[in-house]
Amino acid sequence: MPTLEMASPAALPADWRDFVALTKPRVMSLVVFTGLCGLLVAPVQLPAALGFTAILCIALGAGACGALNQWYEVEVDAKMRRTAKRPLPAGRMDRQSALHFGVGLSFFSVLLMGLATNWLAAILLAASILFYVLIYTVWLKPRTAQNIVIGGAAGAFPPLIGWVAATGQMSALPWLLFAIIFLWTPPHFWALSLFVRSDYAAAGIPMLPVVAGVRNTRLQIFLYTLPMVAAAVAPWPLGLSGAAYGICAAVLSLVFLVLAVRVATNQATEPTQMAAEKHLFAYSVFYLFALFAVLVADRWLAA
Amino acid sequence: MKLEDEVLRRQRERARVMALLLGAFVVLLFFITLAKTGMNW
Repeated sequence: MPTLEMASPAALPADWRDFVALTKPRVMSLVVFTGLCGLLVAPVQLPAALGFTAILCIALGAGACGALNQWYEVEVDAKMRRTAKRPLPAGRMDRQSALHFGVGLSFFSVLLMGLATNWLAAILLAASILFYVLIYTVWLKPRTAQNIVIGGAAGAFPPLIGWVAATGQMSALPWLLFAIIFLWTPPHFWALSLFVRSDYAAAGIPMLPVVAGVRNTRLQIFLYTLPMVAAAVAPWPLGLSGAAYGICAAVLSLVFLVLAVRVATNQATEPTQMAAEKHLFAYSVFYLFALFAVLVADRWLAA
Repeated sequence: MKLEDEVLRRQRERARVMALLLGAFVVLLFFITLAKTGMNW
């Protein structure tokens, strides 16, 4: 009788926890939060069941993206320390299961979104999944150092989808929220890619620090922070939010800018000396959470 | 542990999770139907 020690892990049916890991739950939390904020700041209040379903669909769509991304990048993930323990490169799941899971989740989330809320939200959800998988993962990521700049659009969809799920139409504020995440993505990812650039280099991914060097990446982080700060504060002068949001956004953005300046002036080339980059990366996650939370609070204060 | 035992254990766990998810989906469809028909809770 064969024993576990003798069997290859892929010979076993994958553990259900590995399917959860395939959805990248930590990335999903930010997607769900920004989608929820888009839904909550909309001028139309959805019944709780439909609002919950819209957020569930955004979460499942994000999970589908994670699964399809890992299905496509299994060889790349195996070469990077950060990703080598994922279910596919670690051999805990076969590729076909991941593909079926990702495609199934995609169709399920889009259909449920269309049936529960409206088909414009469903089309946007489908577009965001296709953009992430085909444009970012398959096309841009292995080919150009601008992968994160253009690919950032995929992660910027959730607040727009949340808003459209509630209202059935688009307007200026959700597009501004889209712009904030779109412009936030390059500094966020480039800060990370600076201190894990050897991983990306080993895997052959042309991230900006690998292709253009550390110094140029630091400058680009600072340059992208400027329009991001402008977009973050813009809802206030444009009359789309109150002063509470405007002041909080300005303070949060100022801290971001200071950290970006610290990164831009850092001369270190070794990851162990990149405290400024690590601080910026950690703060960028907090920044996006805080910015969107303040926007919702501002809307509720004004109501 | 024998391979067959581990396969059975995983299949049983996955079946349980699927049953829970399907049950939750039925409940969700019930509330979506209420919301769609205007009987908001």
